[in-house]
Amino acid sequence: MNEARSDLILLLIGTGGFLALASLIGTVLKLRLSPDGSNTTIENLNARINAWWVMVVLIGLAFIAGRIGVVILFAFCSFAALREFVTLTNTRRADHWALAAAFFVVLPIQYYLVAIEYYGLYSIFIPVYAFLFMPIISVLRGDAERFLIRIAEVQWALMICVFCASHVPALLSLDIPGYAGKNVLLIAFLIIVVQMSDVLQYVWGKLFGKTKIAPKLSPSKTVEGFVGGVASATLVGAGLWWITPFSPLQAAGLALTIAIMGFLGGLVMSAIKRDRGVKDWGHLIGGHGGLIDRLDSVVFSAPIFFHIVRFGWSLT
Amino acid sequence: MTALITRPVATMVVVFARALTAVRAIWPESGPPMRPCVYFANHSSHGDFILIWAVLPPWMRSRTRPVAGAEYWLATKLKRFIGLDVFNAVLIERDREKRTGDPIARMAEVLDDGSSLILFPEGTRNETDQPLLPFKSGLFNLATSRPEIDLVPVWIDNLNRVMPKGEIVPIPLICTVTFGEPLRLLPDESREDFLARTTAALLSLSPKSQGAAE
Repeated sequence: MNEARSDLILLLIGTGGFLALASLIGTVLKLRLSPDGSNTTIENLNARINAWWVMVVLIGLAFIAGRIGVVILFAFCSFAALREFVTLTNTRRADHWALAAAFFVVLPIQYYLVAIEYYGLYSIFIPVYAFLFMPIISVLRGDAERFLIRIAEVQWALMICVFCASHVPALLSLDIPGYAGKNVLLIAFLIIVVQMSDVLQYVWGKLFGKTKIAPKLSPSKTVEGFVGGVASATLVGAGLWWITPFSPLQAAGLALTIAIMGFLGGLVMSAIKRDRGVKDWGHLIGGHGGLIDRLDSVVFSAPIFFHIVRFGWSLT
Repeated sequence: MTALITRPVATMVVVFARALTAVRAIWPESGPPMRPCVYFANHSSHGDFILIWAVLPPWMRSRTRPVAGAEYWLATKLKRFIGLDVFNAVLIERDREKRTGDPIARMAEVLDDGSSLILFPEGTRNETDQPLLPFKSGLFNLATSRPEIDLVPVWIDNLNRVMPKGEIVPIPLICTVTFGEPLRLLPDESREDFLARTTAALLSLSPKSQGAAE
Protein backbone atom coordinates (compact mmCIF):
# COMPACT_ATOMS: atom_id res chain seq x y z
CA MET A 1 0.00 0.00 0.00
CA ASN A 2 1.42 3.38 -0.99
CA GLU A 3 1.62 6.44 1.20
CA ALA A 4 -1.34 8.28 -0.38
CA ARG A 5 -3.58 5.26 0.13
CA SER A 6 -2.58 4.79 3.76
CA ASP A 7 -3.06 8.52 4.48
CA LEU A 8 -6.49 8.41 2.85
CA ILE A 9 -7.56 5.34 4.78
CA LEU A 10 -6.28 6.84 8.04
CA LEU A 11 -8.28 9.98 7.27
CA LEU A 12 -11.47 8.02 6.48
CA ILE A 13 -11.10 5.98 9.68
CA GLY A 14 -10.56 9.18 11.64
CA THR A 15 -13.64 10.81 10.09
CA GLY A 16 -15.68 7.67 10.73
CA GLY A 17 -14.55 7.68 14.37
CA PHE A 18 -15.44 11.36 14.68
CA LEU A 19 -18.93 10.74 13.25
CA ALA A 20 -19.37 7.68 15.48
CA LEU A 21 -18.62 9.92 18.47
CA ALA A 22 -21.12 12.51 17.15
CA SER A 23 -23.76 9.78 16.71
CA LEU A 24 -23.08 8.54 20.26
CA ILE A 25 -23.49 12.06 21.68
CA GLY A 26 -26.62 12.58 19.57
CA THR A 27 -28.12 9.31 20.82
CA VAL A 28 -27.33 10.10 24.48
CA LEU A 29 -28.84 13.59 24.11
CA LYS A 30 -31.95 12.09 22.52
CA LEU A 31 -32.36 9.48 25.25
CA ARG A 32 -31.90 12.02 28.04
CA LEU A 33 -33.61 15.13 26.69
CA SER A 34 -35.94 14.09 23.89
CA PRO A 35 -37.01 10.42 24.27
CA ASP A 36 -40.33 11.13 22.52
CA GLY A 37 -38.72 13.09 19.68
CA SER A 38 -40.26 16.40 20.75
CA ASN A 39 -37.05 18.47 21.03
CA THR A 40 -36.63 19.82 17.51
CA THR A 41 -33.02 20.98 18.02
CA ILE A 42 -31.93 17.47 19.02
CA GLU A 43 -33.99 15.81 16.30
CA ASN A 44 -32.42 18.16 13.76
CA LEU A 45 -28.94 17.47 15.16
CA ASN A 46 -29.44 13.72 14.73
CA ALA A 47 -30.89 14.16 11.25
CA ARG A 48 -27.80 16.19 10.36
CA ILE A 49 -25.42 13.58 11.78
CA ASN A 50 -27.18 10.81 9.83
CA ALA A 51 -26.95 12.88 6.63
CA TRP A 52 -23.25 13.37 7.36
CA TRP A 53 -22.76 9.60 7.41
CA VAL A 54 -24.30 9.36 3.94
CA MET A 55 -22.19 12.25 2.62
CA VAL A 56 -18.95 10.90 4.09
CA VAL A 57 -19.60 7.42 2.70
CA LEU A 58 -20.30 8.87 -0.77
CA ILE A 59 -17.18 11.05 -0.72
CA GLY A 60 -15.11 8.18 0.66
CA LEU A 61 -16.27 5.85 -2.14
CA ALA A 62 -15.50 8.54 -4.74
CA PHE A 63 -12.01 9.02 -3.28
CA ILE A 64 -11.33 5.29 -3.40
CA ALA A 65 -12.63 5.16 -7.00
CA GLY A 66 -10.08 7.85 -7.87
CA ARG A 67 -10.20 10.74 -10.35
CA ILE A 68 -13.23 9.59 -12.32
CA GLY A 69 -15.19 8.87 -9.15
CA VAL A 70 -14.52 12.36 -7.77
CA VAL A 71 -15.36 14.09 -11.08
CA ILE A 72 -18.64 12.15 -11.42
CA LEU A 73 -19.61 12.83 -7.79
CA PHE A 74 -19.13 16.58 -8.19
CA ALA A 75 -20.83 16.60 -11.60
CA PHE A 76 -23.92 15.16 -9.89
CA CYS A 77 -23.58 17.68 -7.05
CA SER A 78 -23.49 20.46 -9.65
CA PHE A 79 -26.55 19.02 -11.36
CA ALA A 80 -28.56 18.92 -8.14
CA ALA A 81 -27.34 22.38 -7.09
CA LEU A 82 -28.15 23.90 -10.48
CA ARG A 83 -31.62 22.35 -10.32
CA GLU A 84 -32.21 23.92 -6.89
CA PHE A 85 -30.91 27.28 -8.08
CA VAL A 86 -32.84 27.46 -11.36
CA THR A 87 -36.05 26.43 -9.56
CA LEU A 88 -35.88 29.75 -7.69
CA THR A 89 -35.17 31.97 -10.72
CA ASN A 90 -37.51 34.03 -12.91
CA THR A 91 -36.95 32.12 -16.13
CA ARG A 92 -39.60 32.15 -18.84
CA ARG A 93 -40.63 29.89 -21.69
CA ALA A 94 -38.12 31.64 -23.97
CA ASP A 95 -35.24 30.44 -21.76
CA HIS A 96 -36.14 26.79 -22.24
CA TRP A 97 -33.37 25.99 -24.71
CA ALA A 98 -30.80 28.02 -22.80
CA LEU A 99 -31.65 26.11 -19.62
CA ALA A 100 -31.59 22.76 -21.39
CA ALA A 101 -28.14 23.73 -22.71
CA ALA A 102 -26.99 24.69 -19.21
CA PHE A 103 -27.93 21.28 -17.80
CA PHE A 104 -27.16 18.98 -20.69
CA VAL A 105 -24.34 20.71 -22.58
CA VAL A 106 -22.46 23.25 -20.44
CA LEU A 107 -22.35 21.13 -17.28
CA PRO A 108 -21.09 17.91 -18.94
CA ILE A 109 -18.52 19.83 -21.02
CA GLN A 110 -17.16 21.65 -17.96
CA TYR A 111 -16.70 18.37 -16.07
CA TYR A 112 -15.25 16.65 -19.13
CA LEU A 113 -12.66 19.44 -19.40
CA VAL A 114 -11.86 19.02 -15.71
CA ALA A 115 -11.55 15.25 -16.20
CA ILE A 116 -9.04 15.65 -19.05
CA GLU A 117 -7.23 18.40 -17.05
CA TYR A 118 -7.56 21.05 -19.77
CA TYR A 119 -6.93 24.01 -17.47
CA GLY A 120 -6.69 26.52 -20.34
CA LEU A 121 -10.28 25.82 -21.32
CA TYR A 122 -12.12 24.81 -18.14
CA SER A 123 -10.98 28.01 -16.42
CA ILE A 124 -12.65 30.19 -19.07
CA PHE A 125 -15.34 27.98 -20.62
CA ILE A 126 -18.25 29.24 -18.50
CA PRO A 127 -17.03 32.82 -17.83
CA VAL A 128 -16.42 33.43 -21.56
CA TYR A 129 -18.18 30.96 -23.85
CA ALA A 130 -21.28 30.13 -21.81
CA PHE A 131 -21.49 33.82 -20.87
CA LEU A 132 -21.72 34.81 -24.55
CA PHE A 133 -23.73 31.94 -25.98
CA MET A 134 -26.42 31.45 -23.32
CA PRO A 135 -28.00 34.90 -23.86
CA ILE A 136 -27.73 34.32 -27.63
CA ILE A 137 -29.79 31.13 -27.30
CA SER A 138 -32.36 33.01 -25.18
CA VAL A 139 -32.60 36.06 -27.43
CA LEU A 140 -33.36 33.97 -30.50
CA ARG A 141 -36.82 33.31 -29.04
CA GLY A 142 -37.56 37.02 -29.21
CA ASP A 143 -38.88 37.59 -25.67
CA ALA A 144 -37.40 40.78 -24.18
CA GLU A 145 -39.42 40.84 -20.96
CA ARG A 146 -37.09 41.04 -17.93
CA PHE A 147 -34.34 39.88 -20.30
CA LEU A 148 -31.34 41.17 -18.36
CA ILE A 149 -32.60 39.64 -15.11
CA ARG A 150 -33.21 36.28 -16.78
CA ILE A 151 -29.84 35.95 -18.49
CA ALA A 152 -27.98 37.27 -15.43
CA GLU A 153 -29.68 34.70 -13.22
CA VAL A 154 -28.84 31.79 -15.49
CA GLN A 155 -25.20 32.91 -15.78
CA TRP A 156 -24.94 33.34 -12.02
CA ALA A 157 -26.43 29.89 -11.49
CA LEU A 158 -23.84 28.36 -13.83
CA MET A 159 -20.94 30.23 -12.24
CA ILE A 160 -21.85 29.19 -8.70
CA CYS A 161 -23.23 25.70 -9.21
CA VAL A 162 -21.01 24.46 -12.04
CA PHE A 163 -17.92 26.64 -12.52
CA CYS A 164 -17.01 27.20 -8.86
CA ALA A 165 -18.03 23.70 -7.76
CA SER A 166 -15.91 22.12 -10.52
CA HIS A 167 -12.79 23.64 -8.90
CA VAL A 168 -13.03 20.97 -6.22
CA PRO A 169 -12.26 18.04 -8.58
CA ALA A 170 -9.93 20.38 -10.54
CA LEU A 171 -7.57 20.16 -7.54
CA LEU A 172 -6.72 16.70 -8.87
CA SER A 173 -5.03 18.22 -11.93
CA LEU A 174 -2.42 20.20 -9.94
CA ASP A 175 1.14 18.92 -10.30
CA ILE A 176 2.87 19.42 -6.97
CA PRO A 177 6.47 18.14 -6.65
CA GLY A 178 6.74 15.36 -4.08
CA TYR A 179 2.94 15.11 -3.82
CA ALA A 180 2.18 12.97 -6.89
CA GLY A 181 -0.84 10.70 -6.51
CA LYS A 182 -1.93 12.41 -3.29
CA ASN A 183 -4.03 15.27 -4.71
CA VAL A 184 -7.24 13.69 -3.50
CA LEU A 185 -6.06 14.61 0.00
CA LEU A 186 -6.17 18.31 -1.01
CA ILE A 187 -9.89 17.85 -1.63
CA ALA A 188 -10.22 16.14 1.74
CA PHE A 189 -8.37 19.08 3.36
CA LEU A 190 -10.64 21.64 1.70
CA ILE A 191 -13.89 19.83 2.48
CA ILE A 192 -12.97 18.95 6.06
CA VAL A 193 -11.85 22.50 6.90
CA VAL A 194 -14.87 24.19 5.28
CA GLN A 195 -17.43 21.80 6.73
CA MET A 196 -15.79 21.74 10.17
CA SER A 197 -15.84 25.52 10.05
CA ASP A 198 -19.62 25.42 9.40
CA VAL A 199 -20.19 22.84 12.14
CA LEU A 200 -17.96 24.61 14.67
CA GLN A 201 -19.58 27.99 13.93
CA TYR A 202 -22.91 26.30 14.65
CA VAL A 203 -21.59 24.76 17.90
CA TRP A 204 -19.85 27.94 19.12
CA GLY A 205 -22.91 29.96 18.18
CA LYS A 206 -25.26 27.62 20.08
CA LEU A 207 -23.01 27.64 23.17
CA PHE A 208 -21.82 31.25 23.38
CA GLY A 209 -23.63 33.15 20.63
CA LYS A 210 -24.99 36.54 21.73
CA THR A 211 -24.12 39.25 19.20
CA LYS A 212 -25.79 38.81 15.83
CA ILE A 213 -23.33 39.37 13.00
CA ALA A 214 -25.82 39.88 10.14
CA PRO A 215 -29.31 40.11 11.65
CA LYS A 216 -30.96 41.01 8.36
CA LEU A 217 -29.36 38.21 6.35
CA SER A 218 -28.87 35.27 8.63
CA PRO A 219 -30.27 35.67 12.17
CA SER A 220 -28.59 32.48 13.40
CA LYS A 221 -25.04 33.69 12.68
CA THR A 222 -23.26 35.37 15.61
CA VAL A 223 -19.90 37.08 16.13
CA GLU A 224 -19.02 34.49 18.80
CA GLY A 225 -19.89 31.63 16.45
CA PHE A 226 -17.92 33.20 13.60
CA VAL A 227 -14.75 33.91 15.61
CA GLY A 228 -14.82 30.62 17.51
CA GLY A 229 -15.70 28.58 14.43
CA VAL A 230 -13.13 30.12 12.11
CA ALA A 231 -10.38 29.99 14.78
CA SER A 232 -11.03 26.34 15.59
CA ALA A 233 -11.35 25.42 11.88
CA THR A 234 -7.93 27.08 11.39
CA LEU A 235 -6.54 24.82 14.12
CA VAL A 236 -8.19 21.78 12.50
CA GLY A 237 -6.53 22.77 9.19
CA ALA A 238 -3.13 23.21 10.87
CA GLY A 239 -3.55 19.80 12.48
CA LEU A 240 -4.14 18.27 9.05
CA TRP A 241 -0.83 19.59 7.59
CA TRP A 242 0.49 16.02 7.34
CA ILE A 243 -1.96 15.18 4.54
CA THR A 244 -0.99 18.32 2.54
CA PRO A 245 2.10 19.66 0.76
CA PHE A 246 2.01 22.64 3.20
CA SER A 247 3.92 23.36 6.40
CA PRO A 248 1.74 23.55 9.56
CA LEU A 249 1.83 27.37 9.41
CA GLN A 250 0.90 27.42 5.71
CA ALA A 251 -1.89 24.91 6.36
CA ALA A 252 -3.23 27.22 9.09
CA GLY A 253 -3.11 30.23 6.76
CA LEU A 254 -4.94 28.38 3.99
CA ALA A 255 -7.49 26.99 6.45
CA LEU A 256 -8.13 30.52 7.75
CA THR A 257 -8.61 31.79 4.18
CA ILE A 258 -11.05 29.08 3.15
CA ALA A 259 -12.98 29.27 6.43
CA ILE A 260 -13.49 33.03 5.96
CA MET A 261 -14.43 32.60 2.30
CA GLY A 262 -16.85 29.86 3.33
CA PHE A 263 -18.46 32.11 5.92
CA LEU A 264 -18.83 34.99 3.45
CA GLY A 265 -20.18 32.61 0.80
CA GLY A 266 -22.78 31.43 3.29
CA LEU A 267 -23.82 35.06 3.82
CA VAL A 268 -24.15 35.69 0.07
CA MET A 269 -26.27 32.59 -0.42
CA SER A 270 -28.42 33.54 2.61
CA ALA A 271 -29.08 36.93 1.03
CA ILE A 272 -30.26 35.18 -2.15
CA LYS A 273 -32.57 32.91 -0.15
CA ARG A 274 -34.02 35.97 1.66
CA ASP A 275 -34.53 37.71 -1.66
CA ARG A 276 -36.38 34.66 -3.03
CA GLY A 277 -38.39 34.22 0.17
CA VAL A 278 -37.25 30.71 1.08
CA LYS A 279 -35.60 29.27 4.18
CA ASP A 280 -33.71 26.44 2.50
CA TRP A 281 -32.62 25.77 -1.07
CA GLY A 282 -34.42 22.45 -1.15
CA HIS A 283 -35.04 19.23 0.76
CA LEU A 284 -32.40 16.90 -0.64
CA ILE A 285 -30.44 16.37 2.58
CA GLY A 286 -32.46 15.50 5.69
CA GLY A 287 -31.94 18.08 8.47
CA HIS A 288 -29.69 20.29 6.33
CA GLY A 289 -32.13 21.49 3.66
CA GLY A 290 -31.01 21.51 0.04
CA LEU A 291 -27.66 20.55 -1.42
CA ILE A 292 -26.70 24.23 -1.85
CA ASP A 293 -27.26 24.76 1.89
CA ARG A 294 -24.38 22.34 2.47
CA LEU A 295 -22.30 23.28 -0.57
CA ASP A 296 -22.48 27.10 -0.40
CA SER A 297 -19.30 27.58 1.65
CA VAL A 298 -17.41 24.99 -0.44
CA VAL A 299 -18.17 26.68 -3.77
CA PHE A 300 -16.99 30.05 -2.51
CA SER A 301 -13.74 28.74 -1.09
CA ALA A 302 -12.85 26.13 -3.76
CA PRO A 303 -11.68 28.48 -6.59
CA ILE A 304 -9.65 30.65 -4.19
CA PHE A 305 -8.01 27.60 -2.60
CA PHE A 306 -7.39 26.14 -6.07
CA HIS A 307 -5.63 29.28 -7.34
CA ILE A 308 -3.53 29.85 -4.22
CA VAL A 309 -2.27 26.27 -4.35
CA ARG A 310 -1.78 26.43 -8.11
CA PHE A 311 0.32 29.60 -7.98
CA GLY A 312 2.15 28.71 -4.79
CA TRP A 313 2.87 25.01 -5.13
CA SER A 314 1.96 23.59 -8.54
CA LEU A 315 4.16 23.27 -11.61
CA THR A 316 1.25 23.42 -14.08
CA MET B 1 -47.14 -11.70 -19.40
CA THR B 2 -47.25 -8.03 -20.37
CA ALA B 3 -46.55 -7.28 -16.68
CA LEU B 4 -42.98 -8.43 -17.37
CA ILE B 5 -42.58 -5.44 -19.69
CA THR B 6 -44.98 -2.90 -18.19
CA ARG B 7 -43.70 -3.15 -14.60
CA PRO B 8 -40.08 -2.26 -15.50
CA VAL B 9 -41.29 0.47 -17.89
CA ALA B 10 -43.45 1.97 -15.14
CA THR B 11 -40.52 1.82 -12.70
CA MET B 12 -38.22 3.48 -15.26
CA VAL B 13 -40.70 6.28 -15.87
CA VAL B 14 -40.98 6.91 -12.12
CA VAL B 15 -37.20 6.81 -11.60
CA PHE B 16 -36.74 9.22 -14.51
CA ALA B 17 -39.41 11.60 -13.18
CA ARG B 18 -37.80 11.54 -9.74
CA ALA B 19 -34.27 12.09 -11.11
CA LEU B 20 -35.45 15.06 -13.13
CA THR B 21 -37.73 16.77 -10.61
CA ALA B 22 -36.63 15.47 -7.18
CA VAL B 23 -40.40 15.45 -6.60
CA ARG B 24 -41.54 15.64 -3.00
CA ALA B 25 -44.98 14.89 -1.59
CA ILE B 26 -46.52 17.14 1.04
CA TRP B 27 -49.30 15.25 2.85
CA PRO B 28 -51.97 16.75 5.06
CA GLU B 29 -51.93 15.93 8.79
CA SER B 30 -54.21 12.96 8.22
CA GLY B 31 -51.57 11.40 5.93
CA PRO B 32 -52.13 9.49 2.68
CA PRO B 33 -55.73 8.29 2.16
CA MET B 34 -56.19 4.67 3.22
CA ARG B 35 -59.34 3.94 1.19
CA PRO B 36 -60.13 4.31 -2.52
CA CYS B 37 -60.58 7.98 -3.34
CA VAL B 38 -60.61 10.46 -6.20
CA TYR B 39 -57.51 12.65 -6.48
CA PHE B 40 -58.40 15.80 -8.37
CA ALA B 41 -55.46 17.90 -9.59
CA ASN B 42 -54.48 20.92 -11.64
CA HIS B 43 -53.45 19.97 -15.16
CA SER B 44 -50.67 21.73 -17.04
CA SER B 45 -48.52 18.92 -18.45
CA HIS B 46 -48.80 15.40 -19.82
CA GLY B 47 -46.54 14.33 -16.96
CA ASP B 48 -48.99 15.38 -14.24
CA PHE B 49 -50.35 11.98 -13.35
CA ILE B 50 -46.85 10.46 -13.50
CA LEU B 51 -45.75 12.86 -10.78
CA ILE B 52 -48.75 11.98 -8.57
CA TRP B 53 -48.07 8.34 -9.23
CA ALA B 54 -44.37 8.75 -8.37
CA VAL B 55 -45.05 10.13 -4.89
CA LEU B 56 -47.73 7.59 -3.92
CA PRO B 57 -46.53 4.72 -1.73
CA PRO B 58 -45.79 1.78 -4.10
CA TRP B 59 -48.65 -0.39 -2.80
CA MET B 60 -51.11 2.37 -3.69
CA ARG B 61 -49.74 2.92 -7.20
CA SER B 62 -51.10 -0.26 -8.73
CA ARG B 63 -54.55 0.63 -7.38
CA THR B 64 -54.55 4.22 -8.64
CA ARG B 65 -55.69 4.85 -12.20
CA PRO B 66 -55.54 8.12 -14.14
CA VAL B 67 -58.61 9.26 -16.07
CA ALA B 68 -57.52 10.41 -19.52
CA GLY B 69 -58.90 11.34 -22.92
CA ALA B 70 -59.36 8.35 -25.21
CA GLU B 71 -58.80 10.42 -28.36
CA TYR B 72 -55.25 11.26 -27.27
CA TRP B 73 -54.15 8.00 -25.70
CA LEU B 74 -55.50 5.71 -28.42
CA ALA B 75 -53.98 7.75 -31.25
CA THR B 76 -50.75 5.77 -31.70
CA LYS B 77 -49.44 2.34 -30.68
CA LEU B 78 -46.89 3.83 -28.31
CA LYS B 79 -49.46 6.04 -26.56
CA ARG B 80 -51.83 3.10 -26.32
CA PHE B 81 -49.07 0.99 -24.73
CA ILE B 82 -48.13 3.72 -22.22
CA GLY B 83 -51.69 4.78 -21.45
CA LEU B 84 -53.43 1.43 -21.29
CA ASP B 85 -50.76 -1.13 -20.47
CA VAL B 86 -48.26 0.80 -18.34
CA PHE B 87 -50.49 3.24 -16.48
CA ASN B 88 -53.76 1.33 -16.73
CA ALA B 89 -55.60 4.55 -17.54
CA VAL B 90 -59.39 4.78 -17.49
CA LEU B 91 -59.98 6.19 -20.96
CA ILE B 92 -62.90 8.54 -21.44
CA GLU B 93 -64.37 9.61 -24.76
CA ARG B 94 -64.56 13.34 -24.45
CA ASP B 95 -66.65 13.99 -27.55
CA ARG B 96 -70.30 13.94 -26.45
CA GLU B 97 -71.57 13.32 -29.97
CA LYS B 98 -69.49 10.29 -30.72
CA ARG B 99 -69.20 8.55 -27.38
CA THR B 100 -70.83 5.22 -26.74
CA GLY B 101 -70.59 4.72 -22.96
CA ASP B 102 -71.28 6.95 -19.97
CA PRO B 103 -67.93 8.21 -18.60
CA ILE B 104 -69.28 8.77 -15.08
CA ALA B 105 -70.62 5.22 -14.87
CA ARG B 106 -67.24 3.97 -16.11
CA MET B 107 -65.36 5.88 -13.38
CA ALA B 108 -67.82 4.80 -10.69
CA GLU B 109 -67.29 1.19 -11.73
CA VAL B 110 -63.53 1.54 -11.22
CA LEU B 111 -64.08 3.03 -7.76
CA ASP B 112 -66.44 0.16 -6.90
CA ASP B 113 -63.66 -2.25 -7.86
CA GLY B 114 -61.51 -0.76 -5.10
CA SER B 115 -59.21 1.43 -7.21
CA SER B 116 -58.56 5.15 -6.78
CA LEU B 117 -58.81 7.66 -9.63
CA ILE B 118 -56.67 10.60 -10.69
CA LEU B 119 -58.95 13.18 -12.30
CA PHE B 120 -58.17 16.54 -13.89
CA PRO B 121 -61.43 18.48 -13.44
CA GLU B 122 -60.31 21.28 -15.77
CA GLY B 123 -60.82 18.74 -18.54
CA THR B 124 -57.82 19.84 -20.55
CA ARG B 125 -54.31 21.16 -20.03
CA ASN B 126 -54.18 24.69 -18.72
CA GLU B 127 -51.96 26.77 -20.98
CA THR B 128 -53.14 30.16 -19.79
CA ASP B 129 -51.64 32.43 -17.14
CA GLN B 130 -54.59 31.69 -14.84
CA PRO B 131 -53.79 29.24 -12.04
CA LEU B 132 -56.84 27.10 -12.91
CA LEU B 133 -59.38 26.82 -15.73
CA PRO B 134 -63.07 26.60 -14.73
CA PHE B 135 -63.88 23.04 -13.62
CA LYS B 136 -66.04 20.90 -15.88
CA SER B 137 -69.01 19.09 -14.39
CA GLY B 138 -67.31 15.68 -14.31
CA LEU B 139 -66.15 15.94 -10.70
CA PHE B 140 -69.64 16.97 -9.56
CA ASN B 141 -71.37 14.21 -11.51
CA LEU B 142 -68.96 11.62 -10.13
CA ALA B 143 -69.45 12.92 -6.56
CA THR B 144 -73.22 12.77 -7.04
CA SER B 145 -72.99 9.23 -8.31
CA ARG B 146 -70.72 8.11 -5.41
CA PRO B 147 -71.28 10.62 -2.56
CA GLU B 148 -69.46 8.46 0.02
CA ILE B 149 -66.11 8.67 -1.83
CA ASP B 150 -63.38 11.00 -0.53
CA LEU B 151 -62.24 13.70 -2.97
CA VAL B 152 -58.60 14.65 -2.39
CA PRO B 153 -57.31 17.93 -3.91
CA VAL B 154 -53.75 17.67 -5.29
CA TRP B 155 -51.68 20.65 -6.38
CA ILE B 156 -48.80 19.88 -8.76
CA ASP B 157 -46.27 22.68 -8.71
CA ASN B 158 -43.63 23.59 -11.29
CA LEU B 159 -44.09 20.72 -13.76
CA ASN B 160 -45.32 23.15 -16.42
CA ARG B 161 -41.88 24.82 -16.27
CA VAL B 162 -40.10 21.47 -16.60
CA MET B 163 -41.72 20.76 -19.93
CA PRO B 164 -43.91 23.52 -21.37
CA LYS B 165 -46.22 22.65 -24.24
CA GLY B 166 -44.40 22.18 -27.51
CA GLU B 167 -40.95 21.58 -26.00
CA ILE B 168 -39.27 18.21 -26.45
CA VAL B 169 -36.43 18.40 -23.94
CA PRO B 170 -37.45 18.57 -20.27
CA ILE B 171 -35.33 20.72 -17.97
CA PRO B 172 -34.61 19.61 -14.41
CA LEU B 173 -36.50 21.68 -11.82
CA ILE B 174 -37.72 20.76 -8.37
CA CYS B 175 -41.43 19.89 -8.24
CA THR B 176 -43.77 19.38 -5.32
CA VAL B 177 -47.08 17.55 -5.09
CA THR B 178 -49.27 18.88 -2.28
CA PHE B 179 -52.22 16.81 -1.07
CA GLY B 180 -55.09 18.48 0.78
CA GLU B 181 -57.64 17.19 3.31
CA PRO B 182 -60.36 15.05 1.66
CA LEU B 183 -63.71 16.66 0.75
CA ARG B 184 -67.14 15.20 0.06
CA LEU B 185 -70.28 16.39 -1.64
CA LEU B 186 -72.54 18.00 0.99
CA PRO B 187 -76.24 17.06 1.09
CA ASP B 188 -78.24 19.38 -1.19
CA GLU B 189 -75.10 21.15 -2.41
CA SER B 190 -75.61 22.74 -5.81
CA ARG B 191 -73.28 22.11 -8.72
CA GLU B 192 -71.99 25.71 -8.65
CA ASP B 193 -71.34 25.68 -4.89
CA PHE B 194 -69.62 22.32 -5.08
CA LEU B 195 -67.37 23.32 -7.97
CA ALA B 196 -66.52 26.63 -6.27
CA ARG B 197 -65.64 24.85 -3.03
CA THR B 198 -63.46 22.22 -4.72
CA THR B 199 -61.74 24.87 -6.84
CA ALA B 200 -60.96 26.92 -3.73
CA ALA B 201 -59.67 23.82 -1.90
CA LEU B 202 -57.32 23.04 -4.79
CA LEU B 203 -56.13 26.63 -5.19
CA SER B 204 -55.37 26.94 -1.47
CA LEU B 205 -52.67 24.26 -1.90
CA SER B 206 -50.74 26.30 -4.47
CA PRO B 207 -47.50 27.74 -2.99
CA LYS B 208 -48.33 31.06 -4.67
CA SER B 209 -51.66 31.41 -2.86
CA GLN B 210 -49.99 30.32 0.40
CA GLY B 211 -47.30 32.97 -0.11
CA ALA B 212 -49.99 35.61 -0.64
CA ALA B 213 -51.80 34.58 2.53
CA GLU B 214 -48.74 34.99 4.78
